[in-house]
Parts: sequence; structure tokens; C-alpha cells
Amino acid sequence: MSTPVIQRHEFVLYFDVTNGNPNGDPDAGNMPRLDPETNQGLVSDVALKRKVRNFVALVKEDQPGFEIYMTEGATLNNQHKKAWAALLPEVTKDDEFKRLPKDQQKAQELTRWMCANFWDIRTFGAVMTTGVNAGQVRGPVQFGFAKSVERILPLEISITRMAATTEKDAEEKGGRTMGRKHIVPYGLYRVHGFVSAPLASHPTKGTGFSESDLELLWQALGQMFDHDRSAARGEMASRKLIVFRHQSALGNAQAQSLFDRVKTWRVHEGSVQEIGSTATDNWPPARKWEDYKVTIDREGLPAGVEILEL
Amino acid sequence: MAVRLHIWGDHACFTRPEMKVERVSYDVITPSAARGILEAIHWKPAIRWHVTRIHVLNPIRFQSIRRNEGGAKASAANAASAMKRGTTDGLGIAVDENRQQRAALVLVDVAYVIEAHFTMTDRAGPDDSAAKHIAMFNRRATQGQCFHRPCLGTREFPAEFALIADGAPLPESRLIERDRDFGWMLHDIDFARGNESRFFRAQMQGGVVDVPPFDAEEVVR
Repeated sequence: MSTPVIQRHEFVLYFDVTNGNPNGDPDAGNMPRLDPETNQGLVSDVALKRKVRNFVALVKEDQPGFEIYMTEGATLNNQHKKAWAALLPEVTKDDEFKRLPKDQQKAQELTRWMCANFWDIRTFGAVMTTGVNAGQVRGPVQFGFAKSVERILPLEISITRMAATTEKDAEEKGGRTMGRKHIVPYGLYRVHGFVSAPLASHPTKGTGFSESDLELLWQALGQMFDHDRSAARGEMASRKLIVFRHQSALGNAQAQSLFDRVKTWRVHEGSVQEIGSTATDNWPPARKWEDYKVTIDREGLPAGVEILEL
Repeated sequence: MAVRLHIWGDHACFTRPEMKVERVSYDVITPSAARGILEAIHWKPAIRWHVTRIHVLNPIRFQSIRRNEGGAKASAANAASAMKRGTTDGLGIAVDENRQQRAALVLVDVAYVIEAHFTMTDRAGPDDSAAKHIAMFNRRATQGQCFHRPCLGTREFPAEFALIADGAPLPESRLIERDRDFGWMLHDIDFARGNESRFFRAQMQGGVVDVPPFDAEEVVR
């Protein structure tokens, strides 16, 4: 176990989708999620967290301390795992738990044990069914909603299948059935995230989310789509991960001022324009990552903030 | 010791307690959520924040989002027995077997100004002075520092914040309908009395909701 994270981070992740559905909307018959006011595509925070969890489950294969609490059925086939109480940092219970009533002390021990064993509880937090307030873990990592940088055009593709599910279908429809797929021809999405250091390293509130956990998170953000291939997803890929690392736990600059430094531009035949500028009115729609350009303004960066491109 | 904090974000969900399953947000931020945002920036057991006014800056608009959510909480009893056994077998929750699709009616593109002050509690030590805490809050809020990222009701909707210095004008308001009765709204939760909720009659006049003190007569249980 490396040391808990003691620096605040913000990150911007760009990912794109080609001929796929990044996140279906259960309210709209699994069409890609749309912001109905702007027609920008959305990908929910929980969809991205799911992919991060799946990636960690895949890479760490049940290593002690890296288990995933909120699993998908496919990853549940692990057996005889030894929980390592040894993962826990040495706690001198006397001075730490002295002021706590007994049930609260128990809840804290439970919470700590869960955090030590489960990577996703350490990272995203979890709610435990204890009456005591310590049964709720707030993880340091927070995602917003991902939004496409421009409007997207969801297409409905009808497909046929040369087999039928039921005999009745087979007789009525001559053995052929129709299905539907929703795709986005191309969309570049941008999502903001936060790592609140005190929730990792605070003596009582911290989950013990460590520097190596953070490295794993960056790795997951970069590669999570590579292991999430399916018929519905099309081609998805992380394109750019920009991390702002603050020197202090509380941060050294306003998050919004940092996010504003990262700008997306449209590119067409050598001309670079702002998103939505009138100059782009007659341009063809973006269909690939090269139709966009991402710039990071590094001028006059606030003291104590560094930019990492991963 | 009053502060004014400008907060804004793309989405927000201040869930109505009577509509928690398929979440429906209140029309505006609750004093409770506003207090949580202040506490995310600076809080110590020695102080207690009191929200006095809420300025609504943007038109009130809603959007529906439906998501797959886990239907179970982590069981402390299971965790305790697993801890004794020294194995994590069977502790996890399989989300695809425990799935609930829930819609949430959330606010879109919100911005508020929170006016608040704090009082010292009986847990204040000899070196806790109001001046010290106000200076700490102002320093943090000015520099964009926070203990953890404040959020607009739920953690997937992060809040941006900026301090409005003394005497500085309020941000421009784009609110069209400036007078509205929001009905009974959660004021805050009384943690001293077994997490009891208290409500108040939220009325917006000229784009401002005046929040009565937590123990005022018009705040009901």
C-alpha cells in the first residue's frame, strides 16, 4: 500500500464513439442519451464508473485489496479469496477510537476493512446499512456527466435476422425478424472529474485511496473502452486525459478556471475554428478525432498547479 | 460574519423527500444543500453555518434522466461476518441482479447566490474565534479551495463556486419569473433530535428566498 493521496486533482477526459451507442437511454428505447435542449449527447457518470470498475476487475484479477464490490455477474466467479487484514494501516486504537462509543467504533472498523479490501469503495464510496454515520463512505473520486462537444445525430439502423426466436414467429414471418440498432456516427465527449484529497487521506473521513490507486484510475480512464467492446458500443476510445494536480490537499486554484484552459476546436482542411462559430456553418459534420483539436492554455498557470497529459 | 457565495452548475437535484424513489428535485436549492456546499469548503465542529438568503439567478428548468441504479446497500452485518471469517467471499453485490431503473427529474443550468453566516458552537475551543474561521472560509473560497468538491444535491453534479467579496455586486440574474411560492420545502435536518426534518414555506420575492432561522416559529417539524 502506498501512501494516501494528499493532493487535489481535477481531470478532463475526452473520449469518442464511432458508429456506436455510448450510453443508451432507458427512457427512449435505448437511443443514445441526448440533452433535449441542445441535442448534445450525454453519457451518465455511472456508466463511466461501471467501465472503470470493470477495467480494475480485469487488470487486478482479485488481487487482495483490489476487489470490486459492485460487480457485474460475469466477474463474480471468484472463489476463496483471502481478505488481507494486513492491508490495513496500523491503527493505534486507543487514541483513535477513545472518544467513540462502542457501536461507532465497530462501524469505523468495518468501514476501514471494507475500504482496504474493495477498490471501488475506496475510490467512489459506498453506503452501508449501519445506523451509525460512519457507515457511509464518501469516496474521493467524483465524475460529472460527459457531454458531447457538438450536437450529435443519433441514427436508427434497422437490421434483419435470418432466424426466429419462437415457432410462431418462424411461421408468420418466414423465419426472418427485424431488429433496431441506435448509433451515433461520430461523437466526441468531454467529461470532468474530481479527486478530493481529504476524502482519501483525512484521519477519520479518508478511505485510504492511495497514490497507486490513483495511477490505476488514470490507467483505467485511458484504457477502459479497450475492454468494453460489444455489438452496441461501436468503436469507443479515450482520446485525451488532462490532469490538473494541485500542490495542496485543498487545491491551489478554482476548478472552473482550470477547466476553461482546455478548449476544443473544429478543424477542417487546415482551418481551425471555435466550436459553433459561424465559419463552420458550411463544414461537413465531424466524423473523426482529427476533425477536432484540443488545446491546453499553459500560460500563467496558477502557482502550485501542474498539468499532466496522460 | 456573513458571506456570499456564488454557485453554479449544469445540473442539480435537490430531491424532494416525498419523491425519493423516482427523484424529483425541488425548484431551488434547499438551505440544507446550501449548508452542505459551505461545509465542503470550510467547516469545523466549532462552527455552524446558517443560510439566510438564497438568490436564484437562472430560470428554473427541468430535465428527466433515467439510470440503472443498484437496488441494495452494502450490508454491515455481512461485512462484519466476512471480517471475522477473513474472506470477502459473497460480499459483493451483483448489480445486474440487483437493478432498479430510476428516473430523476433534475434541474438544468442552475446558479445561485447563498448568503450565510455562522455561529460558534459549544465545541469551540479557546483558539476558535469567529474572525479566524471567516478568514479561513474567505481565503479558501477566493482561491477555489475546498475540503471536497461541493455538489448540487448529488455528487454527480459538481458545483462551481466563487466568493462574492464585500460590496461587490451580485452576478447578473437571468430569472424571468421573479415571484413564486415554492410551497413547503425542507429547511434542514435536525441531527440533534434523531435526524428529524424541518420544513419552511419557501417564497421567492424578486428572485430571493428568505430563509427563516432553523429554530424560528414558522419552521415546522
